[in-house]
Amino acid sequence: MQKHWSKLIPYILVAPAFILMLLVVGYPILNSIYMSFLDYTLFKPKDIKFVGLANYLKVLSDPIFRESLLNTVLWVVFGVFFQFLFGLILALLLNRKFKGRGIVRSVILIPWVTPGVLIGLMWRWMYDGNYGVINDILSKLHIIDNFIPWLSSSDTSMASVIITIIWQGIPFFAIMLLAGLQAIPQELYESAYVDGAGSWHTFWHITLPMLKPTILISTLLRIIWVANSVDVIYIMTGGGPGYSTHTLSVYTYIKAQKALDFGYSATLAIYLTVMLASVAFVYFKNLNLKEVR
Amino acid sequence: MKKNKFINDLLFFYIPLILLIAFAIFPYLWTFLTSIKPERELYTSVLRYLPAEPTLENYVTLFSKSNFFKNMWNSLLVAGVTSIISLFVSVLAAYAFARFNFKGKTFFLGSFLLINMFPPVLLLTPLFTIMRKLGLLYTPFSLMIAYSTFTIPFSVWLLTGYIRDLPVSLEEAAMVDGCSRLEAFIRITLPLTIPGIVATGIYIFITAWNEFIFALMFTNEATRTLPVALQTFIGQFEIQWGLLTAGGVVTTIPVVVLFMLIQKKLVEGLTAGAVKG
Repeated sequence: MQKHWSKLIPYILVAPAFILMLLVVGYPILNSIYMSFLDYTLFKPKDIKFVGLANYLKVLSDPIFRESLLNTVLWVVFGVFFQFLFGLILALLLNRKFKGRGIVRSVILIPWVTPGVLIGLMWRWMYDGNYGVINDILSKLHIIDNFIPWLSSSDTSMASVIITIIWQGIPFFAIMLLAGLQAIPQELYESAYVDGAGSWHTFWHITLPMLKPTILISTLLRIIWVANSVDVIYIMTGGGPGYSTHTLSVYTYIKAQKALDFGYSATLAIYLTVMLASVAFVYFKNLNLKEVR
Repeated sequence: MKKNKFINDLLFFYIPLILLIAFAIFPYLWTFLTSIKPERELYTSVLRYLPAEPTLENYVTLFSKSNFFKNMWNSLLVAGVTSIISLFVSVLAAYAFARFNFKGKTFFLGSFLLINMFPPVLLLTPLFTIMRKLGLLYTPFSLMIAYSTFTIPFSVWLLTGYIRDLPVSLEEAAMVDGCSRLEAFIRITLPLTIPGIVATGIYIFITAWNEFIFALMFTNEATRTLPVALQTFIGQFEIQWGLLTAGGVVTTIPVVVLFMLIQKKLVEGLTAGAVKG
């Protein structure tokens, strides 16, 4: 009797967390799928009806969806690539011992815990077409002649928000990659030096291969995070001008929050989920899981 | 030779490092400088970098003319209660994962991680509908429930690591001395886990404090949290940048201070997975 009872203990301990997850995340996911088959607008509660795949078909011929999809690709590819690139440079710099390294390491992480709303506001103010500091600096450096309305012109809006998300994500990569760098056994470098290898050679043949698992995991986490991010764009441009900074997440959010078109928003969210799941799937298939461990 | 090394260091170490640090810090510096400038210095034809007459008038206006105290209280309440709920359920689950081998352990751990990958916008409309049906919409409870759950996976992950690192022998010794499993947990394991619990609690607090997209839909004027309040300033005041930046500074300072306290532990927990696997 005692033995049976003690077998149950771990389940009892896990239960509260698991039940919360089921109720607040699991059930809503299923509910979302159901909603995607409905014509469901919040302010017309009497007109809810089952429409089958109509929402899914509507998405495919929706020009805003197409624009959002293209923007999502730009946002994720450029955003994550440059976060990674600068993160790697920063990690390599921080891997060296110097005075004040501890302080630099903590300060550099602050963007990671800054509210997305504040990030959006800070950059919106810096990008301001009339009083923004970015225009001022660039014109003093003679890079631009006239002030540019960065966020209110559809030519520059997407690039501008991408620069902001790059800024936001560099610390995350830097810290992950720094931990990866520090886990590389020092003997590898020593024996390479004995063999007369230069620093580029050791970087390509030791550092990068040894860092590969960390790089793969952190880019995947980051792709998912960046693709899901709403607040920075929402605050900076509200998805505009026009639809020039609509990503799929932003479009989904605006459909729910402003248009209150819950059925269509749920459908968009499911498209996004399927796409992210495919990316994750390809990642895991091409990545030997043993390598990561 | 020596001079060569110095130039090398300068070009490939100090200059890039300083540029990257400047890039990371500048937006904060600019926000702070804006918040202490009087309004007439903000909208000038020639940009002034340092305030000629630094002032706290934006901060005074912020607290006297808006509901900022109320918003702050709302944020504090939501983030505080969220931390307690999420910590409670996460500690229990983490203890099970760290100390027991049981059927379905991989399934539970896996589903915790997987569920974390779903886009938040997927949960938005169903949660809104559910909260409305339960009568929780526009109350702080809706946010507490949502955030408590969203923070479980990473909290369990962090705490499992801490508990696993504690020697089992201490608990076993206590149980040999006649303690029950529960007593051993409460009297031996829990006190030793406190640094980990504090770090995890602060992570939860920061996440709840910063969250915006659910808060915007789940609160009204009375229950608004700080990020939503900041956003509403945009429309309310035709963007008064002095006021907004002051609000931003007030919102972010507590989070940054808390983060500095646990920075090392959080980074260890975060990177442990990616490096060790």
